[in-house]
Amino acid sequence: MRIAGKGLIDRSKPVRFVFDGVGYDGFAGDTLASALLANDVRLVGRSFKYHRPRGVLTSGSEEPNALVTVGNGAAAEPNVRATVQEIYTGLEAKSQNRWPSLSMDLMAANDLAAPFLGAGFYYKTFMWPSQFWEKLYEPIIRRAAGLGALSGESNPDKYERAYAFCDLLVIGAGPAGVMAALVAARAGADVILVDEDSRMGGRLLAENCEIDGVPGVIWVDRVLSELSAMDNVRLMSRTTVTGAYDGGTFAALERVGHHRAARHAGLPLETFWRIVAKRSVLAAGALERPVAFRNNDRPGIMTAGAVRAYLNRWGVVPGQKVAVFGNNDDAHRTARDLLAAGVHVAGLIDSRHNAPDATGFPVYKGAMVSDTTGRRGLESITIRSVSGEDKLATDCLAISGGWNPTVHLTCHLNSRPVWCDDILAFVPSPSGVPGMGVAGACSGAFSTDRCLREGAAAAVAALEALGKSAPKTQIPDAEDAPYAIAPLWAVPGRGRAWLDFQNDVCVKDVKQAAVENFRSVEHMKRYTTQGMATDQGKNSNVAALAILADVTGRAIPDTGTTTFRPPFSPVAIAAMGAGAQGKGFAPERFTTSHAASVERKAPMIEAGLWYRPSYFPVPGETTWRQSCDREVDMVRHTVGVCDVSTLGKIDIQGPDAAEFLDFVYTNTFSTLKIGRARYGLMLREDGHVMDDGTTARLGAHHFLMTTTTAAAGQVMRHLDFVHQGLRPDLDVAMVSVTEQWAQFAIAGPKSRELLNGLFDADLTDAEWPFMACGPVQVMGVRGRLFRISFSGEHAYELAVPSRYGDSLFRTLLARADTLGGGAYGMEALNVMRIEKGFITHAEIHGRVTAFDIGMERMVSSKKDCIGKTMSERDGLSGADREQLIGLNPVGAVKQLTAGAHLFNADDDPVRVNDQGYVTSVAYSPTMGHMLALGFLKNGRARHGQKVRMVDHLRDLDALCEVVNPVFFDPDGERARG
Amino acid sequence: MRITCPFCGERDRREFYYQGAAVALERPVADAGEEAWDAYVHLRDNPAGVTKDLWYHESGCSSWIVVTRNTVTHEILDCTLACDTKSEVSI
Ligand SMILES: [Zn+2]
Repeated sequence: MRIAGKGLIDRSKPVRFVFDGVGYDGFAGDTLASALLANDVRLVGRSFKYHRPRGVLTSGSEEPNALVTVGNGAAAEPNVRATVQEIYTGLEAKSQNRWPSLSMDLMAANDLAAPFLGAGFYYKTFMWPSQFWEKLYEPIIRRAAGLGALSGESNPDKYERAYAFCDLLVIGAGPAGVMAALVAARAGADVILVDEDSRMGGRLLAENCEIDGVPGVIWVDRVLSELSAMDNVRLMSRTTVTGAYDGGTFAALERVGHHRAARHAGLPLETFWRIVAKRSVLAAGALERPVAFRNNDRPGIMTAGAVRAYLNRWGVVPGQKVAVFGNNDDAHRTARDLLAAGVHVAGLIDSRHNAPDATGFPVYKGAMVSDTTGRRGLESITIRSVSGEDKLATDCLAISGGWNPTVHLTCHLNSRPVWCDDILAFVPSPSGVPGMGVAGACSGAFSTDRCLREGAAAAVAALEALGKSAPKTQIPDAEDAPYAIAPLWAVPGRGRAWLDFQNDVCVKDVKQAAVENFRSVEHMKRYTTQGMATDQGKNSNVAALAILADVTGRAIPDTGTTTFRPPFSPVAIAAMGAGAQGKGFAPERFTTSHAASVERKAPMIEAGLWYRPSYFPVPGETTWRQSCDREVDMVRHTVGVCDVSTLGKIDIQGPDAAEFLDFVYTNTFSTLKIGRARYGLMLREDGHVMDDGTTARLGAHHFLMTTTTAAAGQVMRHLDFVHQGLRPDLDVAMVSVTEQWAQFAIAGPKSRELLNGLFDADLTDAEWPFMACGPVQVMGVRGRLFRISFSGEHAYELAVPSRYGDSLFRTLLARADTLGGGAYGMEALNVMRIEKGFITHAEIHGRVTAFDIGMERMVSSKKDCIGKTMSERDGLSGADREQLIGLNPVGAVKQLTAGAHLFNADDDPVRVNDQGYVTSVAYSPTMGHMLALGFLKNGRARHGQKVRMVDHLRDLDALCEVVNPVFFDPDGERARG
Repeated sequence: MRITCPFCGERDRREFYYQGAAVALERPVADAGEEAWDAYVHLRDNPAGVTKDLWYHESGCSSWIVVTRNTVTHEILDCTLACDTKSEVSI
């Protein structure tokens, strides 16, 4: 029911929305919960386990009951808290966990079976027979118990990630938070003020109070307008700080689109923030807790603070005859506010015998509410006192069991809150989060005056730590009412008294857990499900552990709390994964020949972040093998062009560059002549192979190293480590130039013919022998030429600055075309390197030594190098090692597969008989059959023997002959000639 | 977690590559013997408290940094360039 003239809603802006198919009217500024209550809709959901009718309990993000699904189809979002969701025209919300409808829920039969469904019922009832669990029990339980369901469709909404930095992060914009922000902002600090509500002000929006002689709402709006005019202040409403992390880092979820009628094309639905703050002030307020008593979960029963909030902020009373029940002075505020608004207050039940008096409504001192009636909403309560039991007709009961400071964020770095007997609640431990101060209700200061003072003091402390001086600030005048409270967690009596409304946990469930020796609070939580799911027991955890403490004969502080973990309130996976959905922000690296390759219809394959052409199909080719075989044949007989820019290129310069290379490579580079390149092998310090590649000497103090594409980052990191961490005495500097140079292989018998004409002078064997390198002028561009070969053919690699790459690639292809050659891709490149027995990371996979690949003689005995000492360990060389070998299939064409294992021909193909494995395979058009590289125990001594290749996964079994891994041109005459 | 690179200032830890214990800086001489090499390559302390480890500012200036931090409180106590640490040790 709406009260005329009350509330902060905009009555000039009516809003029409739909709940469970029925249209209702509200106003701008309403939440779904306030608008439903204004329309006298009390039943909004069914409970998780027993399907009991439930109504709105709170007015904030801690709401356990009023969870709804908003929207339709793929965009439907389940478990939205009606107390947080703002209404907009066209909003469609549905209740959850009911069938077929909210008012007639057949699953409510669960409630009749309640004696069998108590704490631990999952574990006890459905123990056997075990096969029944999967087939029978679980599906039934899953259908009956639960919250909202996902649509099962791909989420069409946009989510974003964002980053912010500040001197001071203030969490919560109630009186303490805005005061802290004001003091810090006036001192010139960069301030971010964050609040989860759509409107800043905290309890000042919900209370009937004055600050400096004006209503609290007016005071806070004035402060906020001063703050919003300042350049050093950022105000973030609808933003929940969900976690505190190391180093002043905070996660925050901003609801950007949930309150808008239409999805805005340019805006995300939510933004997940990472905020880094030098200091922070937590002013998160407090959450009110109900009292447990029989049937305390009927729609119409709410926290007293929520009733006040609905009245003062939204102009809504959730009933005609309201009763109030509490154990503290704050409950009396609710009764007074209702009375002042002209609402009939049926009575105030205060468990304290010394409760204050009141006029305008009866006060039942030393009394408690012991039971309620009303099937789909509250109709009456039973009041128990020393003089007996009375029934009181009421349709709304406001309960206050006291307030729990919102300590959550102070505990995210593993700190535990401290019990405070004065307010019967946990308060933050002083050193919970480094750099964080706490102020206001979240530190246990409940009066407005104390909130303002603590907020200002927290800002002054933060400013001091930031090295800024704080201007003198006048604390505004505000109420400083005492908060008198007496313990009352549960009203004794029979029947089910509810603690955790969301998970249907009763007082007797907690007692049962203790009886069954689940006495630790963490065990009790798991056994009863107390404090799980979307609200994480924000209303109920403290009461549950107070009851556990009582049953187990311990004090509350000795019982302790469960662990507080992020997030403070639910965060959609989509928000956390923003930027990572689909391709998202994953970087892509394109070579300069990318466009030309795509034009030629080359399928591009990923190589790390790079994209490389798989093959270049020509008309008539229908399979990759046809293209690949043609390209291999082309390179072996005419000429081919291939982009090899993705190989790592590291420029190394300095007087000690040669000595540095001698230390990182197993072989010697100080003896390398200027204008020559050499193959180099690099070990890890544990003696295994790290990477290989050629390094060219461009000058006395200037080398250019190449690495494999896969290990380019690792090698760069390694070189920097060896230099900075082990040999800072060496005068050498290095930088990656992979992206600065476009480099192309020109391979095949006609490679020289292709290149002649591009340079100032023709290439000759005398000037450009195998492994020569040096500067060239490529049609007026300064480039570099290397006579190196990864195909085994007479070949060159030509490098130019990247901006000329596209042009050079097209030029090279045009010239290749006239010679009967063309482009080749990764498939052909791989086939040719296997034919030549050249290794890649398929072979040097991390467990392989120089000995294993037959390169032990490359580990120079004349000098130390990384990995040398450990490579000489027993067991890293010798006949027991699996050594690199080639394999030819014996007999008719046989399929060979990488990953298959090798066995002696007569052995069972089982693990204990394992002799080695296959690392690379290819069909060789040059040899006319399949080839494989692999590792075989004592393999170099077994050339000519037959072994059995078995692939248990693909069910293959083939006899192979062990051969020299260099299948083609073993003496290397083609590359040198 | 925030690491203060001596060159770049305080940066998010995601800009850094984590390597492991700063023991890696104390490379034995080639003939130091099996025990010394085993300790260097394989043996690492796992302290509850202060530890020194190596971070590489891979998305920044490429510096190797010795980070002294507390594994219990996650407090970062010191960040020094590996090359500076190394020079002190060798001299
Ligand atoms: Zn840096």
